[in-house]
Amino acid sequence: MMSPMLSASELVAIAPIVVLTVGATLVMLQIALRRRVLLTRYSTLMVFALALGACVWSGLEAGQQVTPLLQADGLATLFAALFCVTGAVCLLFSDEYLPGLNDQGDEYYLLMLLATLGGVVLVYASHVASLLLGLEILSVALYALVAYPARVPIAAEASTKYLVLSGGASATMLFGFALLYAATGSLEFSAMGTGLRESTLGRGVPAMATVLVLSGFAFKLSAAPFHLWTPDVYEGSPAPVTAFLGTVAKAAPFVVLLRLFFDAGLFDLVGVVEVLAILAVLSMLVGNLLALLQNNIKRLFAYSSIAHMGYALIVFVVAADPENRALAGEAGVFYFFTYVPATVAGFGLLALLNPGREGADAADIDHVSGLFWREPLLATLMLVVLLSLAGIPLTAGFLGKFYVLSAAVAGGHWMLLTALVLGSAIGIYYYLRVIFQMSQKPLLSVPPLGLSMTSRVIVILLIFVILLMGILPQALLDPIQVIFKAA
Amino acid sequence: MTLVLLIAIPLLGGVIAWLSERIDANLPRWIALLCCVLSLAVLVGIAVPLLPSHPADGSAGVWLIHGRVDWIPQLGIGFELGMDGLSLLLLGLTSFLGIIAVVASWSEITSRPGFFQANLLWTLAGVCGVFLALDLILFFLFWEVMLVPMYLLIAIWGHENRGYAAMKFFIFTQVSGLLMLVAIVTLGAQGAVQNGSLSFSYDALLGLDLAPRMEFWLMLGFFLAFVVKLPGFPFHTWLPDAHTQAPTAGSVLLAGILLKTGAYGLLRFTLPLFPEASTVIAPAAMSLGLLGVIYGALLAFAQTDFKCLVAYSSVSHMGFVLLGIYAFNQLAMQGAVLQMLTHGVSSAALFMMAGALQHRLHTRDMRQMGGLWQLAPRMGACAMFFVLAALGLPGLGNFVAEFLVLLGLFAAAPWVAAVAAVGMITGAVYALWLMQQSFYGEVTEGRQMADFGLRDMLPMAAMMLLLLWMGLYPQPVLDLAEPVIRGVSSLLSGNIAATGGGR
Repeated sequence: MMSPMLSASELVAIAPIVVLTVGATLVMLQIALRRRVLLTRYSTLMVFALALGACVWSGLEAGQQVTPLLQADGLATLFAALFCVTGAVCLLFSDEYLPGLNDQGDEYYLLMLLATLGGVVLVYASHVASLLLGLEILSVALYALVAYPARVPIAAEASTKYLVLSGGASATMLFGFALLYAATGSLEFSAMGTGLRESTLGRGVPAMATVLVLSGFAFKLSAAPFHLWTPDVYEGSPAPVTAFLGTVAKAAPFVVLLRLFFDAGLFDLVGVVEVLAILAVLSMLVGNLLALLQNNIKRLFAYSSIAHMGYALIVFVVAADPENRALAGEAGVFYFFTYVPATVAGFGLLALLNPGREGADAADIDHVSGLFWREPLLATLMLVVLLSLAGIPLTAGFLGKFYVLSAAVAGGHWMLLTALVLGSAIGIYYYLRVIFQMSQKPLLSVPPLGLSMTSRVIVILLIFVILLMGILPQALLDPIQVIFKAA
Repeated sequence: MTLVLLIAIPLLGGVIAWLSERIDANLPRWIALLCCVLSLAVLVGIAVPLLPSHPADGSAGVWLIHGRVDWIPQLGIGFELGMDGLSLLLLGLTSFLGIIAVVASWSEITSRPGFFQANLLWTLAGVCGVFLALDLILFFLFWEVMLVPMYLLIAIWGHENRGYAAMKFFIFTQVSGLLMLVAIVTLGAQGAVQNGSLSFSYDALLGLDLAPRMEFWLMLGFFLAFVVKLPGFPFHTWLPDAHTQAPTAGSVLLAGILLKTGAYGLLRFTLPLFPEASTVIAPAAMSLGLLGVIYGALLAFAQTDFKCLVAYSSVSHMGFVLLGIYAFNQLAMQGAVLQMLTHGVSSAALFMMAGALQHRLHTRDMRQMGGLWQLAPRMGACAMFFVLAALGLPGLGNFVAEFLVLLGLFAAAPWVAAVAAVGMITGAVYALWLMQQSFYGEVTEGRQMADFGLRDMLPMAAMMLLLLWMGLYPQPVLDLAEPVIRGVSSLLSGNIAATGGGR
């Protein structure tokens, strides 16, 4: 039995969660005592920095079970660190954007902190209870964040849509977990795996339960055909929130799904791999094809994110074969590490282009015309982001795609490869459209933005990170390969 | 690893040129010119001491200079560069045409010359990387990366329909490149099984034991990527658009160098890596080449746009390269290599001519030209020279190249050779038609046109000398390419006996 108190080493192992939780509480108290946006901003950023420090402190090799709920290992720490950085970057992008949201911004910062906490709990989760807890912390904070500009109709619409549909997805997922519990008698991932082998409910019920769980996750990941909310919510949310929504809110469910499937061995159930393959192919094709029709960059990114989730889902199909499981896991993790910076940068850029805006963002393709000549720095970032998303070499996105491709080739999944190549081919077109528009003479006369020093530094850092991960990824590859070697 | 310099100089030069725009509009041009001259000097400096030791009995994989360091060892990717006679020739062409392109853009590009020269230099860096890379992933990297600056060259400084042309150019190459990437990764996975370790190094993947079906599909991935770039019929449709819409320097680079990367890829990768499958596809490849020769010539004849005509003639000439490579004998392959060089020079010159005319007349429509010789005799003479070169006048390089291809082809497939020879006649038709329409006939009333000055004549003269040299004394070129070609054809099974040794 567990001792009722956590030992010191266990506390160290989950230090990022502890720091974020305590930090969020303190920030709440601070807001109650003294309501000043600037102060809240700095205290929030401080919490993020401390949490990042905690990630470093708890280290990569801590492969430790902390209570049945949480599993602290390299995978969790890596993503916790990524989420802290992402959250902080989203906040920094909000600086010039937020004043337009006309209410006082304290809660905005707090909510961002809570959402990050939800994501971090998710990547540590090794139990259905912690999974659901993390998911709800993340989602509830996001409903509020999406609707933060309360007087903007499009944001309220987006939030309502997200709330209702997300609730439905959670219910489906819960039902699936209930069935799994009935079949296996456990809510712990690894015990579930053992329970499955001794299940008395036959093969049908666990398989159906897994498919239900999968559909819930497919909604969170916005994999087709559960993608319908994505473009509207992406478009309606304030750009920095979309940046968060497109990254942490995607990567966290992906990681926990990876853990669930790897630990519980759900691949062996009838039809599950087929469902995964269908989700992947549909997402790749639907996402890319519909992105062709978009004129709004936020919607374009939304559809492209659907396609990218399709690429990422390939690794689940590959992982069905135990021989390639480690390679598939590495590919999936690395893919998200390449996808997150590009997406944060893409939406962050749109936030910078819409300083102090009230109402919907000016994010049509026409709005970026001539960006190369108006704002060379931002245009360079946009170029790097688009090339990375398109998977052109020297950017992070290429290596991510290369990794997924290698995994699919190792598993011999030619159908998925065909969809991948086809999808990427279509993808090039709409990414190039944006690049072309940026390189032309400006259609609209826009006054220069006058970016703040902080924004400039972040933009340069993001360019640097995306290129660095595409050129010298060794420092990242080593820890990722270690994670799955041990498993 | 002095070879890195060949890539690094234009890469860094591009950055400097871009930044120097703020100081003075002329500075980027001088910097770009300096970089190209410097690259050429470095290339000569590397090559000259090595040439005496050039293997007389070479086989594929014998490099003049070769170096490898690990890059991403976790994924089996290395930074491996190597140069043999074939890459040396093409690198020489690249540096030479780089200079020509900079000069061609000198007075044409007035908006943002810094960024223009930067993109031009980056394209050159990418092409040099393609000709040097011996790790397949590294090769793919350069193959894709050179597209981006080229895309920007067309998209920003192109003519009226530039968006469409740039997009088409990028998508054609990118999509076929993706197929090649899948093939590369699969080949690497096969190599990992057979060699015991994952590596994308050229030498590690050479001579793998592949099942015929697998070999065929992998070969097809490479073949498509290279044939699209070449371009072979029916994948040529991007070419007329891209060449016509690109600014002059862009067309020079496209026609002069970028097309050659496709032919280089076939010779360097497709044939040696997949000899059996290449033999299987040879008849189809030759048919594509033949169709390209004829179809390109016919379409060229139908054009009214000066640049478009030259673009279609490229399709026709590159058809000869495809024929030469897939005839599978040394004579024809020698011809193909020589054709790559001569076509590079002659088409670059003709595109420069087209650019000069457009700059002066603000039209590329030949129906609005006529009698230009009287206004600009020096231009007329230059045009005449290169048109004659393109139609294969004996004494100029293109003749030797096409003649060698036909000679080798005749031994392999006499009927194909016969039809291709007819293609040469159609070549004469459209080439003379071009001259007649633009430089002969009546002058339009009141038209004034400046003739070529010194800055235009110098590159023209250099290109003329080069073509004359390759036409009168091509032996040094053939000697350089010979070991490589012998190596490639020794790998091909069922090689046709009639070789003649390339002399």
